[in-house]
Amino acid sequence: MSGHQGHDDHGEHGGHDDYEARLRAFVGGELTASTPGPDPVNQPMIRHWVEAMGDENPVYVDQEAARATGRPGVVAPASMVQAWTMRGYAAASGASPSARRGFDELVGLLDEGGYTSVVATDSELEFQRELAPGDEVLVREVVEEISAEKKTGLGAGRFVTTLKTYRDQRGEVVATQRWRTLRFRPARSEPAADTGTGTDTEAKPPPLRPRPAINQDNTFWFEAAKEHSLRIQRCTTCERLRHPPGPCCPECGSLSWDTVEASGHGRVYSFVVNHHPKHPAFPYPLVVALVELAEGTRLLTNLLDVAPEDVEIDMPVVLDWLDADPDLSLPVFRTAVTEVHP
Amino acid sequence: MTRTRATEPSSHAATTSSTVPRTRTYEEVAVGEPLPELAIPLTRTFIVATALASRDYQDVHHDPDLARERGSKDIFMNILTSNALVDRYLTEWAGPAAVVQAIRLRLGAPNHPGDTMVLSGTVTGRTDEERRVEIAVRGTNGLGTHLSGTAEVRLPREAGAS
Repeated sequence: MSGHQGHDDHGEHGGHDDYEARLRAFVGGELTASTPGPDPVNQPMIRHWVEAMGDENPVYVDQEAARATGRPGVVAPASMVQAWTMRGYAAASGASPSARRGFDELVGLLDEGGYTSVVATDSELEFQRELAPGDEVLVREVVEEISAEKKTGLGAGRFVTTLKTYRDQRGEVVATQRWRTLRFRPARSEPAADTGTGTDTEAKPPPLRPRPAINQDNTFWFEAAKEHSLRIQRCTTCERLRHPPGPCCPECGSLSWDTVEASGHGRVYSFVVNHHPKHPAFPYPLVVALVELAEGTRLLTNLLDVAPEDVEIDMPVVLDWLDADPDLSLPVFRTAVTEVHP
Repeated sequence: MTRTRATEPSSHAATTSSTVPRTRTYEEVAVGEPLPELAIPLTRTFIVATALASRDYQDVHHDPDLARERGSKDIFMNILTSNALVDRYLTEWAGPAAVVQAIRLRLGAPNHPGDTMVLSGTVTGRTDEERRVEIAVRGTNGLGTHLSGTAEVRLPREAGAS
């Protein structure tokens, strides 16, 4: 995985060799300098942890019980090692300490490459000894590997593997944590999990969607879509609405028509979930829906922000707009109950 | 270097205290042995409480609107809690004298409120000199596999065994 393989280059960022070199320069480098946790290992935080986790092992809170198991006194849960060095509310409130400069620089470089979203994929904890109240924990994080660009279910991205080393007040290693995250160009789908660090930002546009076949009969529809107006063709002779666009009324044969604007409300008439083959411009799983508009015509479209298993026939949906690229805007739909305005 | 705290688990708990559950000994655990399943109800309160208990204030673990803006259908449980629940699962099965040595997880489908995660496990290996037992663990929810991987615990020896 160390050499960079030929990755699909969509020409989004020029100077690829240079970008690769800048990324590779981080491998082996320090993301977070050795940083002490804000508090030593302590009983109140252990108690909060085991209460929330539902962990009834008495060795975490009961000196007698801990001694009965051969320990000198209570210990912290092994899995809690990461918690001792979490920055807590300070991390959520924005400011980043200088110890994390390497981390911020790497995230900035990945953002520059379009890899603006992140999910953690692996956590591998190895524990050298148990921690007890009074112990201090410091963490240092280095980059082990940054992969070539991979195509994943979430979008094209790079796997970043780091190693966190947790040490105590004497400098001895108490635990290590190998941590792998996928930094990817989001394709508007569900994150697998969180990262414990960093924040997601807005998506860059994915590779271009296939171009629609635009002709003199349907140009009006795509032009209106660019203005975020969903038009329905109407026969000016018999008033029948029709979609997809065509030159001639299927009811009365008239060639004269105008359009009306759709209300944007509809229901799922039918749908399929496309898993394969994948086109890089689309998010997967891709819900392809036939939506029956309130006006009565039906429209082939995509449902966004809804898990395939949550889609139901007759489910109410509302119109939204996908600005796929500067030349293409398309109507898409979201579930009416969980509508989120962008 | 001279630190020896809690490196020698003891099965005394089995006989010396009525309040401390018994711990399985290394000798009585066999490869292939299944662990009983543990179902974790994933309430909204649980997801928020565990995030805060682990000092994780990322909005995706407590703010449904922001979680949706980031492309998720709702808030989801954090990874420290995934590790903690495996930790809990191991020592609930093995007993309080067991010492957790490793938790190695591949992370998958998120744990959203209203779902249930069921943990299952099987003993897959034993290492005599350190009395370490390897367990394959899996946590499944309504969407699929939330976590899968291996963990290791060190167990006390049989009383009287050398």
